[in-house]
Amino acid sequence: MALTKEKLISRMQTQVGLNKQESRTAVERVLDLMKETLARGDDLLISGFGKFSVRQKNARRGRNPQTRENLILRARKVVVFKTSGVLRNRINGLRD
Amino acid sequence: MNKSQLIEALAKAENITLKKAEMVVNALFENMAEALVQQERIEIRGFGSFKVKEYSGYKGRNPKTGELIKVDGKRLPFFKVGKEMRDRVDR
Repeated sequence: MALTKEKLISRMQTQVGLNKQESRTAVERVLDLMKETLARGDDLLISGFGKFSVRQKNARRGRNPQTRENLILRARKVVVFKTSGVLRNRINGLRD
Repeated sequence: MNKSQLIEALAKAENITLKKAEMVVNALFENMAEALVQQERIEIRGFGSFKVKEYSGYKGRNPKTGELIKVDGKRLPFFKVGKEMRDRVDR
């Protein structure tokens, strides 16, 4: 079962001692602040977790593999995530 | 922006103490990190999803010395950006 926003909200309640409404507002606000930061083009560095950054992609020629149609992919900005070394080690069962 | 700036921004936006904001932000990322350690997926609508991919080990060579080496398997989280954020970042 995936960890969803609802689960994060209810875990937050017991862990931080908030009521449901406060917990919901706080979680939504953090997510919104993160989205806002990245939308501005700023990076977001969460120590022990990872780094979200915005990367500029150039326009390139692409192809729809289904129709084999050639098309131009326009220049765009994408969000990339790099896992922190600490978390990577935890996931692989290693100590830091 | 780093974690402490995110904590300050949360405290200000929600008019709560820095201490409380810190607990919220730390709990949020710790819950997410623990899910990934348990190899559980994370799905946050509008933000994105994470899943841990497993890579098997292989026998490789050190390109400089030609020495045969064993590369161990590993697990790495992958992040897929959610639609709302993708659109906001690329507007």
